[in-house]
Amino acid sequence: MTNVDIERTVTVTVNGVPREATVPVRRLLSDALRHDLGLTGTHVGCEHGVCGACTVLVDGDPVRSCLMLAVQVDGRSVTTVEGLARDDNRGGQVLHPVQEAFRECHALQCGFCTPGFLITIAAGLEKRDNTVELTEEEVDDMVGGNLCRCTGYANIKKAVHHAAATMRDAG
Amino acid sequence: MTTKLFGEPVRRREDARLIVGKGRYLDDIGHSALAAAFVRSPHAHARITDIDVEGALDVEGLVAIYTYEDLHGAMAEPLPVLIPHPQLTAARTGHPLANGEVNHVGEAVVMVVATDRYIAEDAAERIVVSYEELPVVVGVDAAREAAHAVHDEIPDNVGARHHQETGDVEPALAASPHTLSFTQYIERSASMPMEGKGVHARWDADDRSLRVYSSTQASTSVRAAIAAKLELSLEKVEVVAPDVGGGFGVKIVHPWPEELLVPMAAIALGQEVKWSEDRREHFISSAHERQQRQDVTVGYDDDGRITALDVHVWHDHGAYTPYGIIVPIITATQLVGPYVIPVYRVIVESVYTNTVIVTPYRGAGRPQACYAMERTMDRIADALDLDRAVVRERNLIQPSQFPYDQHLTFQDGRPVIYDSGDYPGLLDKLRALVDWSSVEDLRAQAAARGKLLGIGMALYVEGTGPGPYEGGHVQVLGSGKVLVATGLTSQGQGHETSFAQIVASELGVPIEDVEVTTGDTRRFPYAVGTFASRAAVMSGNAIALAARGVREKALRIAADVLEVDPGDLEIDEGLVQVKGVPGTSIPLRTVAVLSNPLRYAFDEAAKQATQFTTHDDTRPPVAEGDAPGLEHRDYYSPIRSTFASGAHAAVVEIDTQTWEIDVVKYAVVHDCGNVVNPMIVEGQVHGGVAQGVAGALYERMAYDKDGQLQNASFMDFLMPYASEVPDIDIDHQQTPSPLNPLGIKGAGEAGVIPGTAAIASAIEDAVGRRIAAMPISPTELYDLMRNDDTELTEAHRRRSGTGAMA
Ligand code: FES
Ligand code: FES
Repeated sequence: MTNVDIERTVTVTVNGVPREATVPVRRLLSDALRHDLGLTGTHVGCEHGVCGACTVLVDGDPVRSCLMLAVQVDGRSVTTVEGLARDDNRGGQVLHPVQEAFRECHALQCGFCTPGFLITIAAGLEKRDNTVELTEEEVDDMVGGNLCRCTGYANIKKAVHHAAATMRDAG
Repeated sequence: MTTKLFGEPVRRREDARLIVGKGRYLDDIGHSALAAAFVRSPHAHARITDIDVEGALDVEGLVAIYTYEDLHGAMAEPLPVLIPHPQLTAARTGHPLANGEVNHVGEAVVMVVATDRYIAEDAAERIVVSYEELPVVVGVDAAREAAHAVHDEIPDNVGARHHQETGDVEPALAASPHTLSFTQYIERSASMPMEGKGVHARWDADDRSLRVYSSTQASTSVRAAIAAKLELSLEKVEVVAPDVGGGFGVKIVHPWPEELLVPMAAIALGQEVKWSEDRREHFISSAHERQQRQDVTVGYDDDGRITALDVHVWHDHGAYTPYGIIVPIITATQLVGPYVIPVYRVIVESVYTNTVIVTPYRGAGRPQACYAMERTMDRIADALDLDRAVVRERNLIQPSQFPYDQHLTFQDGRPVIYDSGDYPGLLDKLRALVDWSSVEDLRAQAAARGKLLGIGMALYVEGTGPGPYEGGHVQVLGSGKVLVATGLTSQGQGHETSFAQIVASELGVPIEDVEVTTGDTRRFPYAVGTFASRAAVMSGNAIALAARGVREKALRIAADVLEVDPGDLEIDEGLVQVKGVPGTSIPLRTVAVLSNPLRYAFDEAAKQATQFTTHDDTRPPVAEGDAPGLEHRDYYSPIRSTFASGAHAAVVEIDTQTWEIDVVKYAVVHDCGNVVNPMIVEGQVHGGVAQGVAGALYERMAYDKDGQLQNASFMDFLMPYASEVPDIDIDHQQTPSPLNPLGIKGAGEAGVIPGTAAIASAIEDAVGRRIAAMPISPTELYDLMRNDDTELTEAHRRRSGTGAMA
């Protein structure tokens, strides 16, 4: 057994649920989420930190899970695309406004990049004061770090505006 | 009928799962599968002298290692030449694992299988392959010069010499009032879907059957290839394309070595095996496209009308030719675009280089064709001091000339006969949309800001929806659910939605009741694949025909029950009813139950169809020529392709300090006949344009002279982010295709085709220097500007008052 195969048990809150996984120390967070915890909504498009498909929230901030080791999230909290929607307490789910907006604005085609965009944009919109009108620069900022090969981004930007409007109206 | 959804921007049904992370892509399948990893060649051209696996053997978790020596029977043979052609006289393909020689960096040499991917890569790293390096050929010019050969037995590096002509070009050129000639280049890019390729295989040893998931654009054909290569009976092999994270052409090629090797290992090991391509593998072992050198000579009259066109193209097809000469043929035949070309000759020499194979990437030879033709138009306009739009206008095929025969043979082996179109209409709309006549004002305004501004346009005709066929199956269940299947796959184009719209419209059922399955050989074993903008045309029409078949049968059965004439019935919202007589109706789901005469009632609904509840004893329960079940299977096989068309214009602004090129306006007018879902089509245009702009300004495969790909990562290969893609103005035109029942033409590739041509034209217009190599970076533009040898355009001379014609 080489050093990299030494295993550690990681305790992490994922989408509000405490989870435990025993992983080799070199295991990427993206792989741990996908293959050890079965949360395959987080996608891997490059494994070198450029495409953003693997973006998740760690303690509320977007990070590229392909650039992080699973052991680094020990004791922390992670939100993946599976955790964006809320339970409606009647056995169903209420989608996050960004999820709704992506569907409404046709902001996805193959859907492979989508989880990364959803997470990044949701975090971006939640962080801001939604009573203030969203500017084009803010939108560019929110979508500017993720790659999509299908949509040409126009509808993704539209979806950000749409989601912001929904969040503003909801107060 | 009120269930009329054809033509509506219906929101996509696939999104429900994709936005909550419940998609099922290849790597989401088989968590307990063994993982495969590959040792790939680090050399562009070399002989393998030794493979030493010793060092890998003590890696804990290693399961198996395969080299060429472990391939037997058909697996040891070269991979198939998928599309043979008589002019492809020197076809070469690789082996699933290299057999003694490697011809590009990235070629698979050894496959390692281990308990997980990390360990498989550990083991792969410890395998030592010794090589004897051979001279390397990179780029069309080196291939053409043939100082070295990629394959020993092909000393001139020419795999195919594709030649078509519509008349005697030399006398026609000699008789032309004017001629001009030029040479230009276009570089390699790649499909680069966000999800790489991937294969998962599971062997059922008891049943002796194989299920393979592949991130493919052609599951039926992958199935046939696996059966042939692994020498299995076809019915023992199932291939399923799960959710596919983009394809754009690269996943139409098959069988990829991994599509054979992974199942082979799964059978040998009796365990699930999976391989997911990583991004570097995708760069160096999947496929690229686009590099060509184009020599053009054109004859024209004083008005700018073309009298003859002679084009010689050298097309870089990389190390092997598994996909035949489809891309060269498309370049050759789509080059003529929307124009009347009285005499045309084209020769495409398709040449070997020690680089990754070249197979269709969205557009597939058409961006190059458009670049050749449209830049020719620009040159004619420049030489004659005419408006570039006017020269194009004078050469356009007129609406009265359809069907228009270009007297060429297309990629499907069928004649290039344009079915319908209105090219002057496109051009007028484009001029209005981009405000073509305002360019001098814009140029002056930009100049005041210290910027150079230019405008360019490009028109294209795109052969879409080639055969041979696709099929569709529609079945109404007793629950009222309508199952639809086609063998053709989806890579995110929203087929589940478009096809459901077609069925809902044709059959008269709520779209919520319709469930579509694509690319699963268990559900529909006959198909060709998703490429060449053919899904909506081919499967769309096949499914429409299948739905019509179901409708006819439903009306027949309902007419019997209601004792009316089938002609008096209609289906609306899932109810078969007598037209104009509310209340006289029978639900379609009941018709479905009755369509299957039963002995046994397995549920309440089924009781209605059992033998003591149905009363007509004068006929057999299943009439002669009929079949049980409310279902129908049909196929659509077109006589030839349909031809979509479009026109794009770009306005660029160039910073004279940084030479950064900013596309400040991008206008698209497109015509793909009738449209099933305009929202989806517009999305296709957006995505295509982004790739078109990328190909013009950002993306290239940067090979060095040793055949090493210098930018094989997203850090170095400049795939555009949102900041690089301009806003797009779109206008539509619809000239339905007379060739198919729905009147549709394909839309998938259109957006990408004219980008390079239009942007090259706009840059040339802005800077007054010839742009003859694309893509172009700020650095290259800067070099061009400060090089005194750079050719100036006539327009530039005129503008600065120094031209002969000034
Ligand atoms: S997979 Fe993590 S950034 Fe691309
Ligand atoms: S939707 Fe396919 S990559 Fe973005």
